[in-house]
Amino acid sequence: MDSAAPRFSAVGAGAALELRGVTRLFGALAALTDVTITVRPGERRAVLGSNGAGKTTLFNCVTGDFPPSSGTIRFFGEDITHFPPYERIRRGLRRTYQISALFPGLTVRDNVYLACRGVSRGRFSPLRPGANDALMHAAEALIQAVHLTPLREQRVAELAHGQQRQLEIALALAGAPRFILFDEPAAGLSPTERRELIAILTSLPAHIGYIIIEHDMDVALRVVESVTMMHNGRVFKEGLPHEIEADPEVQELYLGAGHA
Amino acid sequence: MSLVQGAHSQTSQPAGARAALLAWPEFNKPAVWLVAVILLIMPFIANGFFLIEIFATTLILGTIALSLMFLAGYGGMVSLMQLTVAGFAAYMVAVFGMSANTNISLGWPWWLATPMALVLATIFGTLGGALAVRTEGIYTIMITLAIGAAFYYFTNQNWAIFNGHTGINTIATPRFWGVNWRSDIPFYYVTLGVAAFCYFAVQYVSRAPFGLALQGVRDNPRRMAALGFNVNAHRVAAYAFASFIAALGGVLQVWNYRQISPGSVSVGACIDILIIAVVGGITRPVGPFIGAFIFVILRTFALDLLVKFGLDGNRFRLLIGLGFLAIVFWSSDGVIGLWERWRRYAAAVDKRTSGGHGHG
Repeated sequence: MDSAAPRFSAVGAGAALELRGVTRLFGALAALTDVTITVRPGERRAVLGSNGAGKTTLFNCVTGDFPPSSGTIRFFGEDITHFPPYERIRRGLRRTYQISALFPGLTVRDNVYLACRGVSRGRFSPLRPGANDALMHAAEALIQAVHLTPLREQRVAELAHGQQRQLEIALALAGAPRFILFDEPAAGLSPTERRELIAILTSLPAHIGYIIIEHDMDVALRVVESVTMMHNGRVFKEGLPHEIEADPEVQELYLGAGHA
Repeated sequence: MSLVQGAHSQTSQPAGARAALLAWPEFNKPAVWLVAVILLIMPFIANGFFLIEIFATTLILGTIALSLMFLAGYGGMVSLMQLTVAGFAAYMVAVFGMSANTNISLGWPWWLATPMALVLATIFGTLGGALAVRTEGIYTIMITLAIGAAFYYFTNQNWAIFNGHTGINTIATPRFWGVNWRSDIPFYYVTLGVAAFCYFAVQYVSRAPFGLALQGVRDNPRRMAALGFNVNAHRVAAYAFASFIAALGGVLQVWNYRQISPGSVSVGACIDILIIAVVGGITRPVGPFIGAFIFVILRTFALDLLVKFGLDGNRFRLLIGLGFLAIVFWSSDGVIGLWERWRRYAAAVDKRTSGGHGHG
């Protein structure tokens, strides 16, 4: 991917992700109402909000798991509103799931290999990977990065919860991601695993931006530069981490609701 | 640490741990070699009846059931139309090739009629699959069963191509290099060759990107889409692959019986394939062949056995049904599952007894 660098600088002027007036209805229920969010390339942002604020629905609209009912979504300038999920992923969008969405019947290595294969050619290849298969090397490197190398031959069903969460992240880093959506990556992790997670997030190359949904403020505010606060499917407030943290309305809504 | 660049630049490391993936790990087992040798020397052991009625029939039914195992075991799609695809191929061999029904058969030589039949049956199965992949679970079963039932009734009622309920008889089989390939021993080797080819193709593809991705689709289609895979396209491709295997089985079947009629593509016959695959086990390609062997043995000998006990010989299906029930009840992954559990159990007992010995 030698050509990656100039391509990134060329699109640097526009937004990485631009949602305009995105609404998602489930029957009569509006999970998202008129959400407008712009994220710069390389920007790292947290999305906060209580349960039912629409955070995960927002992710599902961006990745195309559920298309929005109205509004437009642009990814590096391209209108992807009506693209199927795989077309968005092939353009450099990635996501992780709140509840690990892995392939329990396959080994760790096969899981990561599939992630690498999904964003490259030869998805239908009937030929087994050879000794020097570049994607297999890529998969091994990703497994190493999330500290799962000793477990690479294990079936994913046999992994512990924390290991599955790490594998979730490895799948989202496959190929050449340009923008990643992390849906509560720290859920259920031990304090040590949280520190490892923070290390992984902060060491991502600078051109990779992300949005992270995270209830743990210690994790969230340490790995982002901006915060979007959501409430009842709407954008409630946007700002820098310390502004949001100090905002009395946010405290009342989010922390108050969280403690109740 | 740079995760992403690292993932792209390392391409020259030696691949020690990956060696297992490379070629054919399946060949490392002595049991595989033993079975291969027995199958190869079978004509010197078994007489013509056993060779064709038992072993060739097992291999043919096993090949058709293998196509279901591929779809169900790796793709999570239970297709009841695999026998229909095989039957379609068989009919096409009869229609394009030579038979006693000269008003229907076009009289092409076998080397032209056979590829034509394979291609048409693969297209037929792929189109059926393209309909079925829009559904999940029980609806896939219903759609594919509906295709099977529709084909059965169509062949019954269409006289222009399928010759109605009488079907097409005395279909010509290949003869070349001075060999009648339908005589017992050559035909046995033909079926063995085709079955082995299909078996190894499925085994090989299961570890290739196409097969791995199919297993990913089985485990979590939504995540596969979120990794960049077009899930439905993958499923349709799986149907195409499975249809080709089923079509090969169908060609062998029509060469075996030299006739094809709607009875061969009945709904009951479609369900037999499901039973064969499930009884054998759909987690591995060898399962359908084990299931087919049990099925053929029961079908051939249960009749005499039942008569001996003063029962109606036609009740052999009762035995198969009871066996099916027992397998589904005790082992959801068929005879292979029983075998694997027994091995694990034996290994555990072994460990325990040797451990106890150490203490004493």
